Amino acid sequence: MMISLNKGVQHKSSGHSSFLSKILAEIRQDRMAYMSAVILIFIMAIAYLSPLFLSIDRVNRIELSQIYHPPSATHWLGTDDGGRDVFGQLLLGARNSLTIGICVTLLSSFYGLTIGLIAGYYGGWADQIISRILDFLMILPSLMIIIVFVVLVPNYTVYHFIFIMSIFAWFGKARLIRSRGLAEREMDYISASKTLGTPDWKIMLFEMLPNLSSLIIVNMTLTLAGNIGLETGLTFLGFGLPSGTPSLGTLIALAKNPDIVQNKWWVWLPAALLILVIMLCINYIGQAVKRAADARQRV
Amino acid sequence: MLTFIIKRTVLMIPQLLLLSILIFFLAKQMPGDAVTGAFMGKPNVSAEQMEKIREQHGLNDPWIVQYGRWIRDALHGDLGQSFVHKQPVTQLLAGRIENTIWLSVATLAVTYSLAIPLGMIAGRWTRSWADQLIVTYNYISFATPVFVFALLMLYVFGFLLNWFPSGGSVDIRITEGTPEYVLDKLKHLVLPVLSGSLLLTYSTVQYLRNEMIDTKMKDFVKTARAKGVPENAVYRNHILRHSIFPIAAFLGYEITGLIAGSVFIETIFSYPGLGRLFIDSIMTRDFTVVTALVLISGAAVIVGTMLSDIILRIADPRIRFG
Repeated sequence: MMISLNKGVQHKSSGHSSFLSKILAEIRQDRMAYMSAVILIFIMAIAYLSPLFLSIDRVNRIELSQIYHPPSATHWLGTDDGGRDVFGQLLLGARNSLTIGICVTLLSSFYGLTIGLIAGYYGGWADQIISRILDFLMILPSLMIIIVFVVLVPNYTVYHFIFIMSIFAWFGKARLIRSRGLAEREMDYISASKTLGTPDWKIMLFEMLPNLSSLIIVNMTLTLAGNIGLETGLTFLGFGLPSGTPSLGTLIALAKNPDIVQNKWWVWLPAALLILVIMLCINYIGQAVKRAADARQRV
Repeated sequence: MLTFIIKRTVLMIPQLLLLSILIFFLAKQMPGDAVTGAFMGKPNVSAEQMEKIREQHGLNDPWIVQYGRWIRDALHGDLGQSFVHKQPVTQLLAGRIENTIWLSVATLAVTYSLAIPLGMIAGRWTRSWADQLIVTYNYISFATPVFVFALLMLYVFGFLLNWFPSGGSVDIRITEGTPEYVLDKLKHLVLPVLSGSLLLTYSTVQYLRNEMIDTKMKDFVKTARAKGVPENAVYRNHILRHSIFPIAAFLGYEITGLIAGSVFIETIFSYPGLGRLFIDSIMTRDFTVVTALVLISGAAVIVGTMLSDIILRIADPRIRFG
């Protein structure tokens, strides 16, 4: 009994760092993933450091004399419907979209982990109830319901948006954690801890969770891309970030007007391509992380 | 088999019930009810009179009574009145649903006729240049958000090259029923359909490729080869038949993706379907229409998952006899 317990503990302490080095090794080996990591770090660095060399007030200031100017030396990517610099909006938008994507992913992972761990650890009727509820939630037309919520919330802010999005983003995660948790609970180290009288929550948090960490990290990387896509998409439709908080979707939303799609490409095309690049980078990194977590993927 | 179909259909009822209750409460949260809507812009109706009419319409009854009435009306095809279009919601939907069905069926057909051959090629000739190309395409299609892709398609093929119309479902100058009419409708479908289906292929290609790689190693395939079955026949009669049916199981989830996608695609190509109607209605705060659309979409997914379960059951002997 002590031996199996020790094994569990050992796995816990060494598992994480070795997984991280496996990820790094995998990324270094895969040319596409390596390039993606470099590009993504570059984009994030520029977006997050932009306040150092860019005044937000100046980027957001509306200048009616400068509406829809094509790219020039002063405005590298021209100006938008309010005479604002598109390049500056792009940087602010990328920063907001990334931040919100990360927040939604963290929040929804928290919900998904809690529910999934409970279902997976306890099994039995708890699992039955949670699984039936998940079955139902997964078939909801989430996009439409999110839009309805966004419209109904009074005094709508960014925080409401993050909360609403995360409510609809955890179902798949919970199901994933649940199914792996169900397999994990049959392992010796769990029964050993139970026999020793360790409280359930401690086993869940400090023994089961670390063994699921690689799975969770893979899922989080891949859903981060999805969440950024959903946020920009909702903002594009006009039901995302409140006006005044630019997102990459805000610039693309102007392209709902055919004249802008056709004749003023500088307003929406750079933002559309930037989203595409960010999504591809995150996904390539995600695939490398997946391979690092699962030896079968490397074949 | 029949008992399974009946059982599976019965299982759908609690899901539909739960969906309708959820949407009913969502609808209750929406500002304005049938009475405020009907008397909007008529200032000579006092609050007292409004209250009286509300009482008459049963809007002060307990929720369970109201819910019962709402669901009874919905089952009879009465989804309320649109405040903006001043006509019954059912009538409004009937005018649009045809377009969305066209779009969805065409998108699914193109998706499968692309995805199945691609998955087969990638699964059969693993690690070949074709496989690597397909896997790259799959990465990209998984990562690309539908609205970005649809906009790029519109820009390149609708405006720059001017190959296809950039919006609408048909040219209004052409009379209905003529061959030109059908042709023009198809022409208007090309860009929306391609924008949707080129991205939807992801799960099918991925699944088929993995499944074929796994099946290649199985004993029954080795047996077939050992008996001298030609390689093409091994793939056609043994591996493919084994791998292809579970694809039907994705149909329900494809429909979820299709509905979400149609909201974006119909908005971008100004295609007059249900997705576009949803966005227009929520913009004008026409909440009876919004409620009806959420209800229909939810029900479509529930029915879709049921259908794919049944197809899977009929098609796959392992499940049929297992």
